[in-house]
Amino acid sequence: MNALTPPQYARTYRYDEIDREFLQERIAEFRGQVERRLAGELTEDEFKPLRLMNGLYLQLHAYMLRVAIPYGLLNSAQLRQLGKIARRWDRGFGHFTTRQNIQFNWTKLEDVPAMLEALAEVDMHAIQTSGNCIRNTTTDEYAGASPDEVVDPRVYAEILRQWSTLHPEFTWLPRKFKIAITGAPHDRVAAQVHDVGVLAKRNERGEVGFEVHAGGGLGRTPIIARKLRDWVPEAEFLAYMEAVLRVYNALGQRDNIYKARIKILVRDLGDEFTQMVEREYERMPRDKYRLDPEIVAAIAAHFAPPPFAALDDQPLPEDPEFRQWAEASVRAHKKPGYASVTISLKPIGGIPGDASAEQMEAVADLAERHSFGEIRVTHVQNLVLPHVRQEDLHALWQGLRAAGLATPNIGLISDIIACPGMDYCALATARSIPIAQRISERFASLDRQHDIGECFINISGCINACGHHHVAHIGILGVDKRGEEVYQITLGGSATNDAAIGELIGPAFSYDAVVDAVETLITTYIAHRAAGERFIDTYRRIGVMPFKDALYAPA
Amino acid sequence: MPLLEDGRLRPDDWTHVEDEAPLPEGPAIVSLARLRAEAASLAGRNAPLGVALPPETQPEEIAPFLDRLALIAVKMPKSKDGRAFTQIRALREHHGFAGEIRAAGHILPDQYAMLLRCGVTTVEVPEGTKPETWARSRDTIRIAYQAAQGADRPLSLLRRKLELA
Repeated sequence: MNALTPPQYARTYRYDEIDREFLQERIAEFRGQVERRLAGELTEDEFKPLRLMNGLYLQLHAYMLRVAIPYGLLNSAQLRQLGKIARRWDRGFGHFTTRQNIQFNWTKLEDVPAMLEALAEVDMHAIQTSGNCIRNTTTDEYAGASPDEVVDPRVYAEILRQWSTLHPEFTWLPRKFKIAITGAPHDRVAAQVHDVGVLAKRNERGEVGFEVHAGGGLGRTPIIARKLRDWVPEAEFLAYMEAVLRVYNALGQRDNIYKARIKILVRDLGDEFTQMVEREYERMPRDKYRLDPEIVAAIAAHFAPPPFAALDDQPLPEDPEFRQWAEASVRAHKKPGYASVTISLKPIGGIPGDASAEQMEAVADLAERHSFGEIRVTHVQNLVLPHVRQEDLHALWQGLRAAGLATPNIGLISDIIACPGMDYCALATARSIPIAQRISERFASLDRQHDIGECFINISGCINACGHHHVAHIGILGVDKRGEEVYQITLGGSATNDAAIGELIGPAFSYDAVVDAVETLITTYIAHRAAGERFIDTYRRIGVMPFKDALYAPA
Repeated sequence: MPLLEDGRLRPDDWTHVEDEAPLPEGPAIVSLARLRAEAASLAGRNAPLGVALPPETQPEEIAPFLDRLALIAVKMPKSKDGRAFTQIRALREHHGFAGEIRAAGHILPDQYAMLLRCGVTTVEVPEGTKPETWARSRDTIRIAYQAAQGADRPLSLLRRKLELA
């Protein structure tokens, strides 16, 4: 086994020779496109969507290459290779995104073909990580491990990946298209704020089917999705998805980029949209689009459970520091004696989602030692080792600590989602990373963070809302006001089953004042909370006024 | 304008006819408005008839005329505007249209393979186009993960190596 061979039991989709041949053809195509651009056969306008569909953006200071991590699944060989790419062609870092992908922010155009070749060595690519096409499907980071899972969403996420790859009809959509799928009753994928959100479930006979929502989204017009159907049988899954995409491709707005997402079409048409999808679905030659159970079984084999040992649950060692980390980071597993571990990429004062090449290699090593060589990327920009023996947790924690990856703040106030903001992004109107850093420094005391409890702060550096501020308990949106960065605060958002768009609390705060404002919100919550209440619970019970009064009271 | 079929240039027998202009003797492509207004007299012509289907028009709207049409021209106002892909697929799949489907407008060679897979026959290309670029673009990626028009076997992700035409 060489460094590029995936570990035996890591359950990532295993490429066959056809998948590999496809990837080589795609690289050859992109190389040809670059040559035609350089020869003047393609204008920059014509070239742009072609490079975007290969993951290559032009940002403020450099090109950015966004690499697809299908539904957030990695094996250790792949993560190690990402570390190598970061070291060789970036500045030693990679940035994990809310779409469970990774970005290299300091890419040189001339290095891109070599980077794509290096990715292909571990069956990875940058296809459809940008552009007006179907993007990487996201799913539950605890898939295959969570006790509440009803259907393994990885199987259908992989089917969606293959179906949507260079789809002949849906590669030139009005706008980008993002699908999220979950197979657990507790929604950990923010299904209701996606273009399509899918909840895989079972009927009383144990058959798999899908509840399909469409038209959710964030951005400048945040909307909760509309439920199209309570039940699409497994065999009809792709037929139904085809029907949704056909209606959108035919009727989505093309003349205004800000009104081109499917959410606007669904909002404007309402129930008529649902009816149109149903009519299209009814008239399709469904045999042609039927998902054969044999195919589902063959894909499912890629995600078969690894060889778990028969173990019993273990008490955790009496080590206060370890206990504090475990309380934040360790999650119940469906197999006795195992646990899932979330690795924080949010060190105090750090850049949310960043990992160094050395950290990627360290996590790859630890995954091989403790989690069958398997790693997940979360939409909160952290990593997960899905299948860790409870008896190994202490050793794992020590290994993570040595790599600077043991910050015990998962789900706490410093576990912040932040977009790259004006430090990298050409669209941003304000900085977001330094705000995240300053908030995390303000609440640096981990005892205090644990006392505050679960609290989600999300930060976007412009109205496009890549930092998901709308669905945070405390959302922060940076905007430009006459040349000055100011920050609006929203309260009460949620990205899970009780999905809600946060409410704007009042006038914006300056760059200097916004961290104090967050602190005021937290002290107000502490003053009002009842026993066991999280920030969001207190907010829902007492409403916005006490927070507003505290923030805007005359001094 | 040069016409591309099977990755090669070929002569174009068809004429795009303005709404006010008299119809020529040979094959003619008329607007949808003219097709509607003059349906009866157009049906009486001996030469083949085609219609230009605007991007915002759903194929259902020309369903009543399909048995008289030998060609449907779809248009891409910009290469990023992909409505034509759905129109073409719908004409083949829902309406069983077996005549020529021609794509016109701003089209990149990189879109050729996808147009073919949706069911296009010919593409109007700019003067001076190198057909080799289109043929090479069509042939670069020979593997497809989905069933296409003209390849009417059931969708198969395993038996999926569909050689493109």
